[in-house]
Amino acid sequence: MTISSLLRIDRIACDGHGLCADLLPELITLDEWGYPVIPLSVVPHELERHARRAVAACPVLALRLDSTAHGVRRGG
Amino acid sequence: MTVHPLSGPAPGYDDPYEAAGIRLLTGRRTGLDEHLARHGVLPLPWSGRGGGDERLISAVELSGLTGRGGAAFPTGRKMRAVADGKGFPVVVANGMESEPASRKDATLLDDAPHLVLDGAAVAAAAVGANTVHLCLARPRLLQAERMRRCVDERLRRGLDRINVRIQQLPHHYVSSEESALVRWLNGGDARPAATPPRPFEKGVRGQPTLVANVETLAHLALIARYGPGWFRRVGHPDAPGTALLTVTGAVRRPGVHEVPMGRSLGSVLETAGGATAPLSALLVGGFFGSWLPAGPALSVPFTRADLAQLGAGPGAGVVVALPKDACGLAETARILNHLAANSAQQCGPCRFGLPAVARDFTALAEGRPEKDLWARLRSRIELLPGRGACRHPDGASRLAATALSVFAADAHIHMTGHPCDAFHGSAVLNIPQAHVPGPDEWR
Repeated sequence: MTISSLLRIDRIACDGHGLCADLLPELITLDEWGYPVIPLSVVPHELERHARRAVAACPVLALRLDSTAHGVRRGG
Repeated sequence: MTVHPLSGPAPGYDDPYEAAGIRLLTGRRTGLDEHLARHGVLPLPWSGRGGGDERLISAVELSGLTGRGGAAFPTGRKMRAVADGKGFPVVVANGMESEPASRKDATLLDDAPHLVLDGAAVAAAAVGANTVHLCLARPRLLQAERMRRCVDERLRRGLDRINVRIQQLPHHYVSSEESALVRWLNGGDARPAATPPRPFEKGVRGQPTLVANVETLAHLALIARYGPGWFRRVGHPDAPGTALLTVTGAVRRPGVHEVPMGRSLGSVLETAGGATAPLSALLVGGFFGSWLPAGPALSVPFTRADLAQLGAGPGAGVVVALPKDACGLAETARILNHLAANSAQQCGPCRFGLPAVARDFTALAEGRPEKDLWARLRSRIELLPGRGACRHPDGASRLAATALSVFAADAHIHMTGHPCDAFHGSAVLNIPQAHVPGPDEWR
């Protein structure tokens, strides 16, 4: 089994800046108010670099990349 | 099943309450003397050195008791996680009852305060805690005063070796969520916190914390006395014991009724005297619940698993019977407006998505079909779940989605610009004034 990373959002911290969706449109879209929608939070290996950039770009540090096995939860 | 070492002399079928499947509610305030005469002193082993009590935990696991606050999580498993955690466990008794359609916790605290306090002592012994925070809604002054007197009386008689603290929290819909309780007890707002960590890992003062509904605690008080075998004598094999249900709407005897788990919803209504009018739907679970069409719903057993098959859940034990001459869309619109106003205003879906759903739903209920209203409402409802720190948007989404499906025929009439005949009828649900809490009203 390969270890894949999971995108996690602190929904309270998130202010809907939307940079994450610019940098990772394959996995993150925005709702009509600019808040992220993540249908699947598992990050495929080939997108991991982009995911890291999205995490680094979040101005309020609301986006995280977890390599842990907390279980795949619906990311929304 | 072998006789569990905890099994004591339990009330037999000659006990009128037991024969009727009533274990918690007595129908009147039960003082300490009457409580002790009926149930005896709580047989708690006490090491005084902390550490959980494996025997108690396994008894609770065997009993199959699940949380009665809404999540219906196995109580024994939750206790074990807290007892196995790192640190000095804490117990939080949740008596907030912020669900406006529920009265069961207030009724229980009125009727059997000492069962709840016994249960708090059992929970503390099981996980190895010496402090219990009993969380109550701040506006319910009389309730807090009565509970304080009960705690003092027990102390004077040397019944409790734990420290029970009455805590009076702000009374908002989301303030009873377990992470909100912990956040407030730690000096913050009574608003849900970002998780993980969940309270069982890191709760009050960073310690593993067991948050349990007061009804769950009352059941614990009896399991500790009479054993898991006795507990399972009533109810459904997969959902043992009794539950306190608040049954309202078009029923003859609205109020809180104690019902064996697994009875059909129809039989639950019979317990409340039966329907007073032909019914169109049932609201099961509360404002945080689901609408079910009355016909098929009446035969469904009240268990988590059976309700889940219909997309519903027991929630806080609320069943509302909606008569055919009421408008389910109007009722739902009013609930959604209440939920939107009473969110924690923290996450995107509750700041924007939920108020938008409530506005759209109101337009539908009032028969003001703006362009694209139906499609927009559906997509906004679908985007709510899984996107908040707590499950508030999930509950609102489920309520709205089940309303659209159960009241689909009415919705089509409303979409033509004419509310159904029932729209102008009187409202069934009693919804408190929606008041959006200010930033300083969460402490």
